[in-house]
Parts: sequence; C-alpha cells; structure tokens
Amino acid sequence: MIDLLKQPWPWYVAGALVGLTVPALLILGNKHFGISANLRHICAACLPSKVPFFKYEWKKEIWNLFFVVGIIIGAFIATTFLGNSADVIIHADLAAELAGYNITDLSNMVPKDIFSLKSLFTLRGFVLMVGGGFLVGFGTRYAGGCTSGHSIMGLSTLQLPSLIATISFMVGGFLMANVFMPYIMSL
Amino acid sequence: MENRINSVSPISDLEIRLQDTMCVNESQLQHKWYHNLKYMVVGILFGITFIKAEIVSWFRIQEMFRFQSFHMYGVIGTAVVVGMISVWLIKRFNIKTIYGEPIVFYNKTFNKGQIYGGLIFGLGWAITGACPGPLFAQIGTGALAIIVTLLSAIAGTWVYGFFREKLPH
Repeated sequence: MIDLLKQPWPWYVAGALVGLTVPALLILGNKHFGISANLRHICAACLPSKVPFFKYEWKKEIWNLFFVVGIIIGAFIATTFLGNSADVIIHADLAAELAGYNITDLSNMVPKDIFSLKSLFTLRGFVLMVGGGFLVGFGTRYAGGCTSGHSIMGLSTLQLPSLIATISFMVGGFLMANVFMPYIMSL
Repeated sequence: MENRINSVSPISDLEIRLQDTMCVNESQLQHKWYHNLKYMVVGILFGITFIKAEIVSWFRIQEMFRFQSFHMYGVIGTAVVVGMISVWLIKRFNIKTIYGEPIVFYNKTFNKGQIYGGLIFGLGWAITGACPGPLFAQIGTGALAIIVTLLSAIAGTWVYGFFREKLPH
C-alpha cells in the first residue's frame, strides 16, 4: 500500500481528490474553495493601511488560512514520508529546451537552477522569482480568483465569468511559455 | 469601474469582502478557533495530492503550456467534472452543512478584470510554475526560496488593492 502511495499518482486520482475538495469545504461549513483570497487576507491582517480593499474583518475568513497551512504541512508529509528520489520524467522537447537555458537539475518540484537564493541575486533569477510572484498576486486578485476559485469552484458552479477567466489564464500562460520565456531565460 | 467605496453610504464588511473574490463566509455560527482545524485536515490531504500527482511541479506546468503532456489537463478536467457533479448533488438533494446550515452559492458577475487580471496571472503562472496554492505547497517541499516568490505575490495583491479604483473593471 505504502509503495503504491509512493509512486506518482495518476491524473484521474488526483483530479478526483482535488474536485472533492469543493463539496468537502461546502459541507464542512459553507466554505468556497479559493486559495488566492489568502494573499488578500494576509495583506488585511499584516499590512494595516487605509486601503479600503483591505479594510474588512479578515478573521471571518481565517478558515482559509488554516487550509493553506494544511497545504504546507501536507506537502511536507508527502515529500518526507511518501517521496521517491527519482527525477521527474519530462517530455524530451522540454528537456532539450530547458538544457538550452542551463536548467538540468530535475530532482525537485521546483528547478533549483533558477529558483534559489543564489539565483535571486542574478537578473534572470530576480525577474523569475520576484517578477513572476508579483504577476501571480496582482493578476489573481484583479481576475477575482485563481485556478482554485475560478477554474475549479467557478466552473463547478457553472459561472461564465470563471470560464472567461480560465481561458485568460491559459492564454497568458501559453504566451509566456512559448513567446516571452526564451527572452527572459536569456537575461 | 466601481465607485461604491467612495460613496457616502458606508458599505458593509461583507460587501468589501465580496469584491474580486470567489469565497466569502457569512455563517452566523460562532465557533472556537479549533473548529478551523478541520479545514487544515482538508488542506493536508490536498497538499499531499499536490505533491504526489506533481501538480506543483514547475516542469509539469511548462509541459501543460507547451501542449507536451495531458497530465495537467487530465487533473483539472477531472476536478471540474467531480466538482460539478458534487455541486449538482448538493443542490438537487438540498444537502446541508454538518451544522445543519443550508449551503449557499454566489453568482459571479462579469467584469473586464477577469480578462486583464487573468492574462496577467497566466503570464506569472508560466514563470513560477505555480498558482497561489502550489506556491504554499512548494515551500512545504523544502523549496524555501519560494518564500520570496510568495512574499512578492502578497505584494502584488497589495498593489492591486492600492490601485484598484484606478484600474479598468
């Protein structure tokens, strides 16, 4: 059993478990799945200011912060106790493209060659880590949700705005990966 | 463009929280803090799934945006179908929460932010290989450098909130 759990899980198992998060949170207490909202709650809790967008009773949404703390713990458990040390197997075309960017270490979920403290102090690493994070935080709130809030919760409840947002996410990601990334990686 | 914030009549706390978000919680139940631990348990299971299915892998996201692998499409597609069926069942059988409260759904109204913000998020998603949930999970795997990326995402959210009234919606 443990050996089976240690293997990478297939998409249909993972997809079903992610999908079941929607009814689990609803039935446990009327909670709507949406992770990017936590970035806003952290602003409201930790950065007191006069900005009206952050002046609300964030403690009413504290369940969501418990949820993300759970994600961190779960990720730690899976890595420590259910991990296998094998490199991730990726498409040959991607491996070739990444080798062209000097990204050859496939041992982690995150490529150490570009996401590390050492890399942070290079122009490329700074743009990827700080710039990328900024776009994620700014864009998700501007869009009113992220992959969980729009693409999973929103589509599950048949919201047209969530479909529009999801298509926009994919277009943005497609443009970055295929058009802009070679320029950023050559910085 | 919404100007409700600047209007004379004060807007309620719930109205502020409803801006640009999918999830609000207006339960009237008062619970002790430890009732929130059940959401942490769901988060733990969710986090384990994230890692074991390589959903938080930067490499899988790169494959997704280059149409080199079905994996992520399979995960998201299955999740949406399971979510849809679950929501349909909850509505069809009027399923209540474990505290007996009716389950409430909010309709989302369209604004242009879903396009502009969506495109901006998409650009960032392909760079970081992570949407907000996976950012937390990547830190949990021990990739502590991602704390920098998370702090930058929090800063991005704050800057959005600061300029919100001036941005097209």
